Amino acid sequence: MEQLLSILIGILVASAVYLMLARNLLRFLFGLILLSNAANLTIFVAGRLTPGAPPLVPDGMDAPIGDVANALPQALVLTAIVIGFGLFAFALILAFRAYQSLGTLNTDDMRVAEPKEIKS
Amino acid sequence: MSWYLTLPLIIPFMAAIIAYLLRSSPLGAWVSIIGSGLGLIASVVLMAVVLDAGVVAGQMGNWPAPFGITLVADLLSAVMVLITAITGFAVAIYALGDINERQAKLGYHALFQILLAGVTGAFLTGDLFNLYVWFEVMLIASFGLLILNGGKEQIDGGVKYVALNLISTILFLTGIGLLYGMTGTLNFADLALKVDEVENQGLLTVVAMMFMVAFGVKAAVFPLFFWLPAAYHTPSFSVSAVFAGLLTKVGVYALIRMFTMVFDHDIGFTHTVLLWVACFTMVIGVLGAAAQSDFRKILSFHIISQIGYMILGLALMTPLALVGAVFYLVHHIIVKANLFLIAGIAKRLTGGTEVYQIGGLYKSAPFLAVLFLIPAFSLAGFPPLSGFWAKYIIVKATLDLEMWFVAFIALAVGLMTIYSMTKIWAEAFWKPHPDGIEPELKTLPNKAAQIIPVAGLAILTIIIGLNPEPFVIFAERTTEQLLDPTAYITAVLGDPS
Repeated sequence: MEQLLSILIGILVASAVYLMLARNLLRFLFGLILLSNAANLTIFVAGRLTPGAPPLVPDGMDAPIGDVANALPQALVLTAIVIGFGLFAFALILAFRAYQSLGTLNTDDMRVAEPKEIKS
Repeated sequence: MSWYLTLPLIIPFMAAIIAYLLRSSPLGAWVSIIGSGLGLIASVVLMAVVLDAGVVAGQMGNWPAPFGITLVADLLSAVMVLITAITGFAVAIYALGDINERQAKLGYHALFQILLAGVTGAFLTGDLFNLYVWFEVMLIASFGLLILNGGKEQIDGGVKYVALNLISTILFLTGIGLLYGMTGTLNFADLALKVDEVENQGLLTVVAMMFMVAFGVKAAVFPLFFWLPAAYHTPSFSVSAVFAGLLTKVGVYALIRMFTMVFDHDIGFTHTVLLWVACFTMVIGVLGAAAQSDFRKILSFHIISQIGYMILGLALMTPLALVGAVFYLVHHIIVKANLFLIAGIAKRLTGGTEVYQIGGLYKSAPFLAVLFLIPAFSLAGFPPLSGFWAKYIIVKATLDLEMWFVAFIALAVGLMTIYSMTKIWAEAFWKPHPDGIEPELKTLPNKAAQIIPVAGLAILTIIIGLNPEPFVIFAERTTEQLLDPTAYITAVLGDPS
């Protein structure tokens, strides 16, 4: 299972890097969301996988019996997903506004803040 | 739970909520000022407690470390929180004269307070994942502030700022995952103990490099700084002042924290990389500044070159060098925020920030000229201002290690800084205004709100410069804590015995 997920993470990162190298801002953003999902999966795998063993404490005990799934990385991933989603939503809106006011999504043409020629 | 650890965080969040509710009324700005003032008092109290106790830690929700959420303040955290509060207070006052009704209505004051809370949280947190969360709080508030005006320039700068910062965030998150996989903990104090037990120390260095890149983007070091000069000259002046003062320094703080306490297993490799990064950052930053002609763009590139000095202090990793890095951090935040605030006043007086198109400030507004000279000379390292001592300690540390070339670079970059400051001085202040305007300070709307914070920060620069001894002694104590984290670990995890 770990190997399979590791390969998946690798594929996600490779596709993300490919997309993020594009000049089109929208492609860059799609790459970004793939990359953030790869990061989330990394945390998930780093917490070790124990299939079919929920971390439940039986009645009258203080700790679960035997090997159970690690709950902490899942909590971390959940937080990371929520934050990542919020940031991505913002980035999408920003890209849309950039297209509206700059008229392009090609990052090479976005030179308003840093014009090539210095005004003198 | 210790109230003095939580108050510096709760106050800005409360202020943010109230300021948001009052965003359509002029009271919103005052809520922000009062909130920052209370935050300043809270951080002074925190500083007093920390000076007395060394390190204080609190477990939120009373979950014992390393399982719960830990807030820790050692001397470095406390001084960063204090300096954040000072800058925040100054900029909150300045905002009275800088932020217009439309920006206030869009929630400027609320976002500003959330930014302060995020920065403070990043300094106070005791575990890595919470550092990530505070980074995000800070980041999302800074996104909002950056594009608040919604003009073409802001959107354009915003795209680059957002894109590069998001990449750094994801790298940071991946690093957290891998480090957790290796050590099973994310608490700084626990990490400091557990990293020694990791079998595969080579992999640990790989993860250390991921953190270095992630924090390096935040700190704007070479070659990861491109978002900074793309964005910092576009928003309102109070926004860029607080960005310039605080945001990159959070990255530097995170680097110092991680690379003294946690990743000290392979100093020969990691800190050599940092040394090269520091030298290139200094040189590239100062050369970039020399090529610019916009008031704020020049200052933005100087942030980068000055970050190089701080990283240099960290890279050398001797006690004296770290003293220099800490001293530099404190000095730089005050000076840099102040210079951006002055750029705002200059813009309102002369109508521009392009230095070739403005002028005449020395003749018509001599007081502003004096106020500019203090932080500008301090930045360049003139005695007896604060920057001189900061540079002196760092250069002394390189000379002690007989790194002549590095010392030469540090001194040469200081010289080049003077060149840029002289350019601003000669163009914006000395030469007559090309359009014949003679702008006077009297004509400035809300004059007091803009002058008082600038003057206050300038006085602080002079105080540190004329009386550096207590600050150096303080930095020495801070460094002792950084190099020997026993007190920190004991405060967080309890006595091991």
